[in-house]
Amino acid sequence: MSYRVGVPRSLAYYSFFPLWNSFFEELGCEVLVSRESNKGVLDDGVKETVNDACVPIKLYHGHVKDLKHKVDYLFVPRLVSLDGKETTCPKFLGLPDMVKHSIKDLPPLIDLRLDLRKGKFELWKFFKRLGEKLGKSTWEVFKAYVKSKKIYYRHQKLLEKKASPELAWKIIKGEKSEEELNKMVAENPVKIALLGYPYTIYDPYISVDLLDKCKKMSVDVLTVENIPGKELLRQKKKLSKEMFWYYSNNTIRACLYLLEKKMVDGVIHVTAFGCGPDAMVDKFLEIECKNQGNIPFMTVAIDEHTGDAGMSTRLEAFVDMLNRKRGFK
Amino acid sequence: MRKVSFPKMGPSYIAFKMMLEEFGHEPIEPPVPSKRTLSYGTTHSPEFACLPFKVLTGTYLEVLEKGADMLVSSGGVGPCRAGYYGKMHEKILNDLGYNPELVIFDPPLRAPWDFFKKTRKLKGKTSWYRTADILKRTWKKLIALDDLEIKASKVRPRQKNYGAASKALNKGFSYIEEARNAKEIEEARVEGLSLLENVKDNSEYEPIKVGLIGEIYVVLEPSVNADIEEMLGEMGVEVNRSIYLTSWTRDNTVADGEKDIKEAAKPYLDQLIGGHGQNSIGETVLYGEKGFDGVVHLAPFTCIPEIVSKSIMPKVSKDYDIPVLTLFLDEQTGKAGIKTRIEAFVDLMRKKRRKEVG
Repeated sequence: MSYRVGVPRSLAYYSFFPLWNSFFEELGCEVLVSRESNKGVLDDGVKETVNDACVPIKLYHGHVKDLKHKVDYLFVPRLVSLDGKETTCPKFLGLPDMVKHSIKDLPPLIDLRLDLRKGKFELWKFFKRLGEKLGKSTWEVFKAYVKSKKIYYRHQKLLEKKASPELAWKIIKGEKSEEELNKMVAENPVKIALLGYPYTIYDPYISVDLLDKCKKMSVDVLTVENIPGKELLRQKKKLSKEMFWYYSNNTIRACLYLLEKKMVDGVIHVTAFGCGPDAMVDKFLEIECKNQGNIPFMTVAIDEHTGDAGMSTRLEAFVDMLNRKRGFK
Repeated sequence: MRKVSFPKMGPSYIAFKMMLEEFGHEPIEPPVPSKRTLSYGTTHSPEFACLPFKVLTGTYLEVLEKGADMLVSSGGVGPCRAGYYGKMHEKILNDLGYNPELVIFDPPLRAPWDFFKKTRKLKGKTSWYRTADILKRTWKKLIALDDLEIKASKVRPRQKNYGAASKALNKGFSYIEEARNAKEIEEARVEGLSLLENVKDNSEYEPIKVGLIGEIYVVLEPSVNADIEEMLGEMGVEVNRSIYLTSWTRDNTVADGEKDIKEAAKPYLDQLIGGHGQNSIGETVLYGEKGFDGVVHLAPFTCIPEIVSKSIMPKVSKDYDIPVLTLFLDEQTGKAGIKTRIEAFVDLMRKKRRKEVG
């Protein structure tokens, strides 16, 4: 029989939804993604979590609550290592436990561990266990695995062509064509890097639409996902000791890459209030931007109280400054 | 001769000072973290860095002013932020125009060669034979210091005169500070213990028992946790601290000796999350099983592993019927605020015990 699997639209979802969604769908499951973040979802999450948690974690709890009565299984994987080297942040590591012990009356959780440090075929093994849980045969799982992986790579390639995750998904689904993407990629004189984790950058609610705001100001925006994975890995040797967290490392490597290639006029670091790893990342980026060509740098901290007007003002001021620096206006 | 300094963590500086002197360096004693330390620390640290990071930044700046040119500290392998402190501090200090040499010791089993190189750097021209002896004596001193503290936590709640145990403890510390060779250290330890033994007490008083758990730095350094151990002791509470420097090192650096704690944590948190997160859960379970009256859980503000453990804690506390007070500490934390909360918590535990007995 086919199950209804609930996938919270938060955290790692923003990096892996092409992989997860197509995998479940290939297996004939109905995938129910929680609704887009909004005040209701966030408030629900805030009620369930400790006040010291960062806003993405609170939001995640809200998304879980949104799904809990609607599905047979809830997909809350324990993502330990996503690149076979570093782990994710401790809150990701303890996420299934936090969810389990803070929200009542949950449907059965799928909290399988994904730790790519364990070996080469760990990803396949993860999906195999996942398929077993859903009662599928190995062959069915294998087909779904191969196909969803292909879709995931296609998605990655489109991101590298500067598509947003949403647009890339639409192209894959055939709702938009790739030519449209080429047209959309504008060449504006001022280029900024919007660095941060995909779950803050691409969630329009908690980032108060930061990405769109930038685009409306006719500046070119680059995010971590727009930089080819190989180039990011190449930056590794610049550091004598890397940080321990997957997303943080990517952010830092992206910044080093953009600084090395002199691709941006300014860097905005988007961070969630109280984000542990970002306390380190932020200072790191600030010092690097200063030391490598004195690139203007701004930190934007978001939390559950972030207002639209405040964010717009800061963004406008920053972009104005970059424009003036370039001699325009 | 290098001027070497290191972060202060409880009375451990007594042992490290001797070690550096014997290696032929001039030790710069780290000051007790004060308002000045914190103001230096908060000015030059990232806003959301945890309290230990800020205290260390402040301490480094203070000892650099005193002329230190080499800083020694411990590192880590994550995923807690503490493992990246060293690199970050180096970046910040360089940015401020200081160029001290930072020697950060990572756990020896993870990077044996690196550990060896750093030990060689620290020991300078001292022979390996003598180095082994110096390290042995430093270890002995650390154990002696811990032994006195363990004893004091038992004596303090039962003392007749306010402050008598702490006075005896400090005297014991000064004995250990003066001791040099193995025999002297052992004598100082015994002498210190007997000082504490001789504190006048109410032998029939049966204090309530509290487990003290949490992130290692805020548990071990009294100046950042508002002297919580002494505070509880003076209120007539026996404190069982879960972490001592020697036990931590024994457990983590050479072999994994915390198996039972991790095993206890498993039903609630089945994943190593760095720092003391998993331990906090496991220790609470164990204190619950042993019938303690309560648990005080200390963590620095924004500490990632402890936030995870705090969110699971209510469930543990309910399952084992053991009250837990979690305190997140930052540079704004005042002693009076902590005292009020501790008093209320102690009241609660006393009432609970009376109900159970009566």
